Amino acid sequence: MDRDSTEALIAQVREATARGAPLRIVGGDTKRFYGRAVTGVQLETRGHSGIVSHDPAELVLTARGGTPLAEVEARLASQGQRLPFEPPHFGADATIGGAVACGLAGPSRAWAGALRDYVLGVRVLTGDGRVLRFGGEVMKNVAGYDVARLMAGSLGVLGVLLDVSLKVLPRPAAERTLALDVDQAGALDRLSALGRTALPLSAGSWVDGRLYLRFEGCEATLESVERRVGGETITGAGAFWASLREQTHPFFAGVLPLWRCTVASLAPPLPLGGGPLIEWNGLQRWYRCAPDTPAFAAAAEAGGHATLFRHRPGDADVFAPLAPSIMHVHRDLKRVFDPAGILNPGRMYPDL
Amino acid sequence: MATDPALLRALSEALGSDSVLTAPESCIAFECDALTAHRRTPGLVVLPASTAEVQSVLRIAAAHETPVVARGAGTGLSGGALPVEGGLLLVLSKLNRILEIDPVRRLARVQPGVTNLAISDAARPHGLFYAPDPSSQVACTIGGNVAENSGGVHCLKYGLTVHNLLEVRLATCDGEIVTIGSAHGEAPGLSLLPLITGSEGMLGVVVEVTVRLVPLPERVELLMAGFDDVSRCAGAVGRIVAAGIVPAGLEMMDGPALRAAEAFARCGYPLDATALLLCELDGLEHDVAHQLREVESILRDCGAASVRVAVDAAERARMWSGRKSAFPAVGRLAPDYYCMDGTIPRRHLANVLERIAAMSREAGLSVANVFHAGDGNLHPLILFDAGKSDDLERAERLGAEILELCVAVGGTVTGEHGVGVEKLGPMCSQFGPAELEAFHAIKRVFDPTGRLNPGKAVPTLARCADYGAMRVHGGKLPFSHLPRF
Repeated sequence: MDRDSTEALIAQVREATARGAPLRIVGGDTKRFYGRAVTGVQLETRGHSGIVSHDPAELVLTARGGTPLAEVEARLASQGQRLPFEPPHFGADATIGGAVACGLAGPSRAWAGALRDYVLGVRVLTGDGRVLRFGGEVMKNVAGYDVARLMAGSLGVLGVLLDVSLKVLPRPAAERTLALDVDQAGALDRLSALGRTALPLSAGSWVDGRLYLRFEGCEATLESVERRVGGETITGAGAFWASLREQTHPFFAGVLPLWRCTVASLAPPLPLGGGPLIEWNGLQRWYRCAPDTPAFAAAAEAGGHATLFRHRPGDADVFAPLAPSIMHVHRDLKRVFDPAGILNPGRMYPDL
Repeated sequence: MATDPALLRALSEALGSDSVLTAPESCIAFECDALTAHRRTPGLVVLPASTAEVQSVLRIAAAHETPVVARGAGTGLSGGALPVEGGLLLVLSKLNRILEIDPVRRLARVQPGVTNLAISDAARPHGLFYAPDPSSQVACTIGGNVAENSGGVHCLKYGLTVHNLLEVRLATCDGEIVTIGSAHGEAPGLSLLPLITGSEGMLGVVVEVTVRLVPLPERVELLMAGFDDVSRCAGAVGRIVAAGIVPAGLEMMDGPALRAAEAFARCGYPLDATALLLCELDGLEHDVAHQLREVESILRDCGAASVRVAVDAAERARMWSGRKSAFPAVGRLAPDYYCMDGTIPRRHLANVLERIAAMSREAGLSVANVFHAGDGNLHPLILFDAGKSDDLERAERLGAEILELCVAVGGTVTGEHGVGVEKLGPMCSQFGPAELEAFHAIKRVFDPTGRLNPGKAVPTLARCADYGAMRVHGGKLPFSHLPRF
């Protein structure tokens, strides 16, 4: 059922603008931990909900920002389709708008692409109550600057996502997960060698001394992959991949700060304790270590960057610092979309 | 506009006088890109040979408050590289080095003047290639591809330029270098890389590009199906996609286009067909074998009059040659042709083609259709004779009407060729004043004084008011609150 609450949301934003009062944009509030804390009146998007259109032959789905992510995925599954970037839910109430605003992707990221790669269009409510539409429901569109993809991962600092249009893809005919016992260096080597083949890898993670490889394709392809790659075939591997995607794997338990480092796939192990759990062909590495760990510096040293993903102590920085000129662009873009600075202020960076 | 002597002196000192062209007979070679209907002679053309020289040019241009238009190979189809009359044209063709091919990390780091095909050629020995393949790939440069977010026939499966970029180093309007994105694909902060991609040289000048490389497929198959009915052909496109198959390429040509291509390239197309579908499948041996059977059966089920699978790589290349030379082939049918570039939701394909045929009859101008059916990206080619007094104007009018039709069915006025100067008018149909104002504000973030490629890509509201005055939709004038000029 399509419930369009655009007018009510506009009214709330305009009222907040008039008072100069910050708003904390909330969908399912399942990713509240991600980013810096925001103090403000809650702007609830869940009342603005529903799948606006989904024609399986077009490979496009458009939904209101407050639509439950589970509802979107169920609709796609009923037509043999999926969101190929496997967005984490982190709770039953996750919304599609929240998923796009956080820009996170699951185990398939290194092969299927990032969330932003699937954003085709948005309708967005700016901080001064304008409703703007960018992109659309077609695969190829170069009319105007690509503001739709700019919204992916913007953490609500530029606008409230009213509607999003995403490219969707067919589910694979079948999947197979193989596991090999190797150390960290061996796993990275193995992933790199596999990456140069045309084998249909769709996830590759190393955890607890085991490298887990997920492949997709038709049965005959998967049988030939099993012969070529070797290792143990894991049955019921869906639960394992879900435990990484949703961070319910024991590695993620406890309250020690969780660091996410993204580095070059072959970067040597980082000098950080507590891990790593490796995903995305070696590009994404998770660490559990004390608040004062110099993770930003260590990741930068390795040519990448770190994010303090969960269990942030006090008001520690969450995201790696930006070059001054790029930070300047961020501030100016914020002013274009949210001149009064009332939308999720400080969620990404202190003065954004 | 006479060139400021101080500007000329500063540029000659920075680059050497060989790299600064001022003679009209030299500058006139750069008067247009592949949209030849629009021409302007630049006042001077500079050819920097390094990133540092690009920075110098931009700093000097800033100090002299001179507009700068960046240009790659000049193969753009929308006038994006059209010079400012008497202004400065920044040609990046000397920046043509491949800096790094890393087969382990599967990426290539290149200068902006490297051609699209050269990247794939350099990657091939490693079993890799660069996927986006615009039909101008022999000549077009990666810097231009970034500026236009170029597509190609393999976008449906492999994505556009934006999906295959990792990092761009950009020279700002003041000559500062900033890094956008990252070689491993994830960067902190806002997603600026897509904002830069397709920004038509309005936000900065690309000085280095890192792209993703993908493994060459194990097996490739190409099917060709002739239909005696366009809507059945369009129906087959939807059926293939709905069956869960994502072909590497899914291309359609109508009767006039396929006959022109056959006459030009002798590629074995069925001359009696009303529509032709080319479907390329690639991937692993078993997956492709499985999909080939499925697509063959769908095509027959959809009433294909003929279905042929290329027997080998040579026949595959021959079948593709007709499609890839379709523009020049159609170009032989008339003294001039005008290539459009709208995208529509696929379900409207048959209907839109019918409407275009009707509009073509009404305008008295022939239209041939060649398009990326898989992504609904149409390329109607309007045939005309620029020698006739009002033919160009009629062709442009018909073109604008076709683009408005694309917008009306939920599509866009440009799928992959960009807005440039060509589609400034139709942009007013697709966007309202609020979106256009936001675009102008974004431009000011990167280029406060509006010196980078001025007047392109985003129409002024005044222009839209003017455009609206010419085109009344349903009795309602868009932009009615603005004064008319």
